[in-house]
Amino acid sequence: MPRLPIPAGMSDAAGRSPLAQGALLALATAALLLAPFLVDALLGRAWVRVLDLVMLYTMLALGLNIVVGFAGLLDLGYIAFFAVGAYLYALCASPHFGLHLPFWLLLPAAALVAGLFGMLLGAPTLKLRGDYLAIVTLGFGEIIRIFLNNMNAPFNLTNGPQGITMIRPIEVAGVSMAKAHAIGPLSIPSLYNYYYLFLVLTLLVVFVSARLQHSRVGRAWVAIREDESAARASGVNTRNLKLLAFAMGASFGGIAGSLYASFQGFVSPESFGLMESIMVLCMVVLGGMGHIRGVVLGAALLVTLPEALRYIGPLQRWLFGQVHIEPSDLRLLLFGVALVVVMRWRPAGLWPSAIRHREFAAARATADNAVTGHRTGGSADAGSAP
Amino acid sequence: MNVGPEPLLRVHGISKAFGGVQALSGVSLEIARRSIYGLIGPNGAGKTTLFNVITGFIAPDAGTCTLDGRRLTGEPVHRVVQLGVARTFQNIRLFHQMSALENVMVGMHARSTAGALGAVLRTRRVRDEEARMEAAAHALLERVSIAAHADAPSGSLPYGLQRRLEIARALASSPKLIALDEPAAGMNASETASLRELIDALREDGTTVLLIEHDVRLVMGLCDRVAVLDHGQLIAEGVPAAVQSDPAVIEAYLGAPAAPVATAVR
Amino acid sequence: MLGSIYALVALGYTMVYGILGLINFAHGEVVMIGAMIAISVIVAIGTGSGLPAPAVMIAGIAVAIPACMLLGALLERIAYRPLRDAPRLTALISAIGMSIVLQNVAMIVWGRQYISFPPLLPNEPHAVLGATVTGTQVLIVALTVVLMGALLLLVHRTRLGRAMRATSQSPALAGLMGVNVDRIIMFTFMIGSALAAVAGVMIAGYYGQAHYHMGFMLGLKAFTAAVLGGIGNISGAMLGGLALGVIESLGAGYIGALTGGFLGSHYQDVFAFAVLIVVLVFRPSGLLGERVAERA
Repeated sequence: MPRLPIPAGMSDAAGRSPLAQGALLALATAALLLAPFLVDALLGRAWVRVLDLVMLYTMLALGLNIVVGFAGLLDLGYIAFFAVGAYLYALCASPHFGLHLPFWLLLPAAALVAGLFGMLLGAPTLKLRGDYLAIVTLGFGEIIRIFLNNMNAPFNLTNGPQGITMIRPIEVAGVSMAKAHAIGPLSIPSLYNYYYLFLVLTLLVVFVSARLQHSRVGRAWVAIREDESAARASGVNTRNLKLLAFAMGASFGGIAGSLYASFQGFVSPESFGLMESIMVLCMVVLGGMGHIRGVVLGAALLVTLPEALRYIGPLQRWLFGQVHIEPSDLRLLLFGVALVVVMRWRPAGLWPSAIRHREFAAARATADNAVTGHRTGGSADAGSAP
Repeated sequence: MNVGPEPLLRVHGISKAFGGVQALSGVSLEIARRSIYGLIGPNGAGKTTLFNVITGFIAPDAGTCTLDGRRLTGEPVHRVVQLGVARTFQNIRLFHQMSALENVMVGMHARSTAGALGAVLRTRRVRDEEARMEAAAHALLERVSIAAHADAPSGSLPYGLQRRLEIARALASSPKLIALDEPAAGMNASETASLRELIDALREDGTTVLLIEHDVRLVMGLCDRVAVLDHGQLIAEGVPAAVQSDPAVIEAYLGAPAAPVATAVR
Repeated sequence: MLGSIYALVALGYTMVYGILGLINFAHGEVVMIGAMIAISVIVAIGTGSGLPAPAVMIAGIAVAIPACMLLGALLERIAYRPLRDAPRLTALISAIGMSIVLQNVAMIVWGRQYISFPPLLPNEPHAVLGATVTGTQVLIVALTVVLMGALLLLVHRTRLGRAMRATSQSPALAGLMGVNVDRIIMFTFMIGSALAAVAGVMIAGYYGQAHYHMGFMLGLKAFTAAVLGGIGNISGAMLGGLALGVIESLGAGYIGALTGGFLGSHYQDVFAFAVLIVVLVFRPSGLLGERVAERA
C-alpha cells in the first residue's frame, strides 16, 4: 500500500521485524514507481489514465474521510469543494480571463479558498446532526452547482453550462506535464508525468491524514463522531473542531479539484453534481469510514470498477447476441446496491480499521457469553413482544 | 455551619423552566473544598437539571454558578471543563470505538494544546506532550484499576469497568470538582462498594466530588453534606444525619403520592 | 398547485420521520416510480380501447398506488428494518443507496428520455375570480384536500392510526402494549408511498411529462416542506407544502427585481434550499413543530 511508515507502532501491530518492514517498504516503493510502466504494458495506455484518476480520487476521498470518517459529519455536498478548486484553477490558468498564474501558487490557493468555503458552509450546520446535516450540505452542494451553471450573466464568471476550456496544463519547474519527456533512453509520456505528480501529492495527503488521525485533534474528531455531548464534557471545543474538519476536508478537495482541472483541461458544472458527491461518499463508506487504507482501497475500487464494467457490453453480446443493458447505465445501479449491501452486512466497510474490527469481535464475544446486558440498550426488540 | 469561608463552588439563585414546568426555582448552595457533596431528591425534583446547569450543559433562566470565584454560567461546556468542572453521565457515554486509553486521552483535551499543524509536523513539543499524555492516561487507568484493559475498545468493557473508565476520563481534565451523575446506577453490591472506595480516595487526593445518587444509603454514608431537592426547590441542606431526620425530607420521600414522571424535567 | 403536490409528498417524509426518526431518502424515487407506472398503464390502455379519459386515468392511478405501496414495503424491509438499531448514519447511507438503485432501475426500464403524459386531462383555461385555472389544477387541489382529510381521519380516528401514534411516541412501549411495531412501521411506509403515487401522477399530469430523475428535486423540496411545517407533524407537512409552493413561485417571479436583474428565474431551485437551510438553522422545529428537531 502507498503508505509512509509514520504512525509509530502501527506496523508493529502486524508483528513484522524492522528488516521485513524495510523490505516491504522497498517493494512498495518499487511497485508504485513502476506501476505506470507495468499497467501500460499489460493493460494499455488507457489504464494509465485510470491510474491517474485513482490517485486523484484517493485525495478527494481522503478529504471527505476527515469530515465523514473522522468527525462523523455526513457531508453530501462535498463535491462543491472539488468544484471550487477546479474552477479556481480554471479561471486563473486559462484564456477565459487571460490569466496564467503558476501552479505552485494556485495549488495552495485552491486549498486555502476551498478551506474557507468549507468553513463558510460548515458554520451554519454546526448545531445540526445526522440526517439534517446531510440534507443541508446536499443543498449547499446543489446551490454551488446551480450558481456555476448560471453565473455567465450578467457578468461572465463561470461561462455557464459550457464550462471553461483550454485550461493550461501543470508546469513544475518549467517541465510541462502535458508533454512527453525523455530521461536517458526512457520516454516519459504525459500520463506518466501526471501519475508521478499525483502520487507525490497523494502520499502527502495520506501522510497528513495519518498524522492527524493519531493526534490530539484526530482523537477529538473521533470523540465528536462517537458522542458529541460526551466530547464536550471531555473539554473538546466541538464547534472549532468541526469547523477544522470541514476546512481540512474541503482543502483536500480543493487540491484535488485544481489538479483535476489541469489534468482534464476542461471543467463544467455537470462534473460536480450530487452523484459525484455520492460516489466519493461511496469510496469512503465502502472502503472503511475513518480508516485511511480502507478509503484508499475504496477509491481504487470505485474508479477501476466502472472501467472494468466496459467489458460487460462485449460480454453480453457474446452471451445473448446483443447488448441489453448499457454498461454505463449499470455503474450507478451497482453503486447503489453496494451501499445497501455493505451497510447491511459490513457496516464498518470492506477494510475496517483495527479497533472497529476488535470492537465488533468483542461485542460478539460479550453477546455470546451474555455476561452483561450493556449492549442491549434501548433496542428492546419491541416487535417480538406478545 | 461548617462550610469554610471560601467554598469551591457557589450556586446562587438558579431558576430554570422548561415550557410551563418550573424545573428549578431559586436554588442556592455552596460546596466546600475537598468534600463530597450529595444531591438527592425524588424523581423529577430537578437534580439532573441542576447538574446540567452546573456543568454548563443547560443555561439557567436566572442565577449564577461560580467556581473559585470565577463565573461558570454562560460559558460553553468545554470552557467549564477548562475552568475545572468535569462530569460523568447517568447512562454511561464512552467513545465506544476508541480504546480505554484513548478515551482518557480525549479527557485531557482541555489540558493540552497540540493543533492540526503541530500534529502534521510532529514537532518535539507535540511529541513530548503526546508522551506525557499517554503516561498520565496510563496512570489514571491504574488509579481506577482498569490498567489491564488500556487497549481494549471501551465499548467491550463490562458495565462496572465502563463506569470507572468514565470517571477516569473525567479526572483526566484535572478537575477541581468532579460531578458524578448516579455513578452507582445498575451496579451490584460489590461494584458499589469499590466505587465507594474510589470516591473516598478522590477526596483524599484533594478533588471535590458532587454526587447525584438514588441510592440514599450510599449518599448518607459517603457524603459530608447533602442537599435535597423537591419540585425544583431546595428543601433541606446539611450533614447527612440532620437531613435524614428533617420532616420536610421525610415528607418529600414518603408523604408525596406517586412521584411525577422524571422525563418531564429532563 | 405545486404546493399541494409538495404537501402530499411531504406527508410521506413526515410520517416516516415521526415513527422512525429517520429521513426516508428514497421517498422522492417512489413518487417518480408512481408517475412512471401510471403513465405506462395509461399509454397501454389509452392507445387501444375507446374508454373515456377519466376511466383511463383512474386505471393508471389504481395500478400505481398498490405498486408503490409494495415498493414502500420493500424499501422498509430491505433498507430500514435490518438497520433499525444501527447508527443513524448507517440507515441513512443505506437509504441513499436504495434511492440510487430505484433511480437507475427506472432509467434502465423507461430510458433516459422524458416520457410524455398523454393529454387526457382538461387543460383549457377558465377564468375564476380574475385568475386563470385549468381543470387539471382544480383536480389536483381537490384530490389533495380529499386525501389529506382521509389521512387525518385515519391517523386520529382509527385503531391503526392510534397504533401509529403510539409507536411514534415510543416503539418499545407500544410493543409492550401489544402493537405489532414491525407491521405498523411497514404500514406507515405503505401509506406514505400510496400518497407518493398519487403525487407522482399529479406532477406528471401537471408538467405533462415524467423523467427518471424527477424524484430527486421533488423529494428534496417536499422534504423542505416537511421541515418547514415541522417534521413529524402531519398538519405541518400540509402547511409547509403550501407555503413552499407560494414562496417558490413568488420568489421565481420576483428574484430578478429583488437582485436588480443579477439573478434570474433559473435560480428558482435555490429557493427551496435556501428556505430549508434558513429553517433548519433558525427554527429547526418548523412552523408547527413543538419537538426539537434533533434527536441524538
